[in-house]
Amino acid sequence: MTNKNRAFLSFSIMGLMLMIVGFGQSWNVAMAIFNMCLISAVMSMGLNMQWGYAGLFNAGVMASTAIGGLTAVLVSYSPVMKAWSEGGTSLSLAFIFLLITIAMGLLVWKKIKNGPIRTWSMTVVVLTGYVFMRIYYDEARVAIEAVEPAKTGFLGGLGLPIIFSWIAGGFAAAGLAWLVGRISLGLRSDYFAIATLGISEIMISILKNEDWLARGVKNVTGLDRPVPYEVDLQKQEWFINLVKRFYNTAEDGSSISSDMLREAVMLSAGVYVKICYSGLFLAVLLIVLFFATRALNSPWGRMMRAIRDNETAASAMGKDVTSRHRQVFIIGSAVIGIAGAMLTTLDGQFTPGSYIPLRFTFLIWVMVIIGGSGNNLGAIIGAFITWFVWIEAEPVALWLVSHVNLLLDETNPLRSHLQEVAPHMRMVLMGLILVLVLRFRPKGILPEKAPDHY
Amino acid sequence: MENSIDLLNALVLISNYVLIPSLSYGSQLAIGAVGVTLVFGILRFANFAHGELMGFGCTATIFFTWWFQSMGISHSFFPTALFAMPFAVLLTILLVLAIDRSVFRFYRLNKSRPVIFVVASVGVMFMLNGLVRMLIGTDEIIFRDGQKFLIKAGQFKKMTGLNEGLALKQTQVLTVVLAVVAVFLLFWFLQRTRTGKAMRAYSDNEDLALLSGISTERVVMVTWIIAASLATIAGVLYGLDKSFKPIVYFHLLLPIFASAIVGGIGQPIGAILGGYIVAFSEIITTYAFKKFITYLVPANFAPEGLGQLLSTEYKFAVSFLILVLVLLVRPTGIFRGRVL
Repeated sequence: MTNKNRAFLSFSIMGLMLMIVGFGQSWNVAMAIFNMCLISAVMSMGLNMQWGYAGLFNAGVMASTAIGGLTAVLVSYSPVMKAWSEGGTSLSLAFIFLLITIAMGLLVWKKIKNGPIRTWSMTVVVLTGYVFMRIYYDEARVAIEAVEPAKTGFLGGLGLPIIFSWIAGGFAAAGLAWLVGRISLGLRSDYFAIATLGISEIMISILKNEDWLARGVKNVTGLDRPVPYEVDLQKQEWFINLVKRFYNTAEDGSSISSDMLREAVMLSAGVYVKICYSGLFLAVLLIVLFFATRALNSPWGRMMRAIRDNETAASAMGKDVTSRHRQVFIIGSAVIGIAGAMLTTLDGQFTPGSYIPLRFTFLIWVMVIIGGSGNNLGAIIGAFITWFVWIEAEPVALWLVSHVNLLLDETNPLRSHLQEVAPHMRMVLMGLILVLVLRFRPKGILPEKAPDHY
Repeated sequence: MENSIDLLNALVLISNYVLIPSLSYGSQLAIGAVGVTLVFGILRFANFAHGELMGFGCTATIFFTWWFQSMGISHSFFPTALFAMPFAVLLTILLVLAIDRSVFRFYRLNKSRPVIFVVASVGVMFMLNGLVRMLIGTDEIIFRDGQKFLIKAGQFKKMTGLNEGLALKQTQVLTVVLAVVAVFLLFWFLQRTRTGKAMRAYSDNEDLALLSGISTERVVMVTWIIAASLATIAGVLYGLDKSFKPIVYFHLLLPIFASAIVGGIGQPIGAILGGYIVAFSEIITTYAFKKFITYLVPANFAPEGLGQLLSTEYKFAVSFLILVLVLLVRPTGIFRGRVL
């Protein structure tokens, strides 16, 4: 089967599966899965650039996602003026001291030759800088967090429409990736993985604990939405008419009762909102896909693959491996950052506590590997399948357990145990799928296309 | 006189809150890191599943402990888990060998790139993670029994007449003692036995080792057996000392990697030193020194703040900061391990 047919087939099967969920469970569930599939697909395309194009083992996907989420808050939340006036000055001072310390440190590093003098001056610079920074920072933190701690207690954001944060999130993630790349690129692959994993963990612990930034584990809720609210929608005349028409044509032409209509309007409002999100996400996905495919088929893409396949040969041809790696690392992280902002937009809240590496780093890895590293459509189908299994494994496992439980005695303690553990089945399933694909189909469902010009 | 008592108080305080916890936590990290570093030295990849393996070892120990307790086997002084551990070690070894046979062996025979091994270990991590939760759930479990304290804080205060108490948990002493025994046995094995020497030779130079007739599969098998035993011991000691929570073992992975790298990857002695370095720095940087300083300086110089460098939540971040520093300053680690 050619790759094209295979792609068509896999996407059709995926569509069918979503339809089955739609008819079998509910369209709200199906659309919710579809939306998350779209976001995951953007993430896995970002990771695919890093791993599939360039062979970088980035285990810090979560950091890009989280900084995208943070950007969504900082862009959309209305500024908390009181917090700015209470703590803004000292925070700026702390920031200035940070910059001064960094500048002084760089100066010492450049001007003084390696030796004990440099070490000591460096220590003095860092310690003095730390003390000054800490004084103003502590002052600022206490002042900012004291402003209505139950409601805000943080600086707030810019108060712009949240959709801007998708772009801003990309830039923020790119900036972070530049920094991470400075530290960890050029290391051997597993070391790079450990380093990025570590940085992403640090990132999350900062988000959890710096309450002045985005409230930490107290979460920011009620973010702006780019689509209408369900409650508003249910009151709109045109929407009720739309639902009416939809249901009337579906049945025999007679109008449905008002009770049924109200319920139908409520359900449809949920689906309608999700469809609006899907439209937005799909647009982003297609734009990213367009550029990703163009890039992959360009000389730049060929160069990346050459570097991936043989670093020594590529550098012998005059390609600067580390700076190319940095480039693709930044671009990929930016794409993941966009997806991170999209995710926070969809959730309508920012919850740093929910960022865990298994879900936000390694699950994305499963998506790329099973979809087919190096193939953009593969990354997308991988994301769809993985997310679908991730969500649907739980109801399926519960359904299986309920059947097994029929065979067991009422008082059997195994019954309740099985009921409890069924949700964890998805972890085992994910691991199993990853290991099996890696072993028996290492190129994934949609293998990377061999270039035509060979 | 007043001064020397203050000094003693300060010393006891720091021992109680920094020295003893760091020693026991460091021992746990060290045992874990030795396993990681051995696997790295022999199989040449960073095993992301090591943390979950510790979790599995601890889970198995808990089940054996419960079984023993239900049969009435326990000891008034030692925790039951100590007797259950050898059985759990056996079980973990079997599991690891099965995993190696079904997952890693294929890539070894195919001479796959190290990064493929890492991806495979991520898959194993997922599976073990789910397995542990399916076996035992996600709740916190305290499976310690026997005598909890060797020295109680109140007792110590009464005995010495100092203001500060010193509590010594049995698990802390047990951890350090077991760590010393395990490390001693490991080094004896690596230095003195034929298989141990073969392992070192294989780690140093694979081709030469193969040339002199060392069997890869045998070396790999022994490595996994040692790694699984150490992982179980480390997991159980951590679980005994704090409490068992499945989620913790994933978070332990990072400090363990940091320890292995700081010490020089592929170097067991480095991993042990790295474990203590990471543990001490994690605890020192997040400990509030206010009281300690107050004892040492004249009363009017006492600090206003907590005297804490970083808030406690950044504990795990510290281990990574050390990693970054080592990376920038001396990428081979303290003991000149492999350059990555």
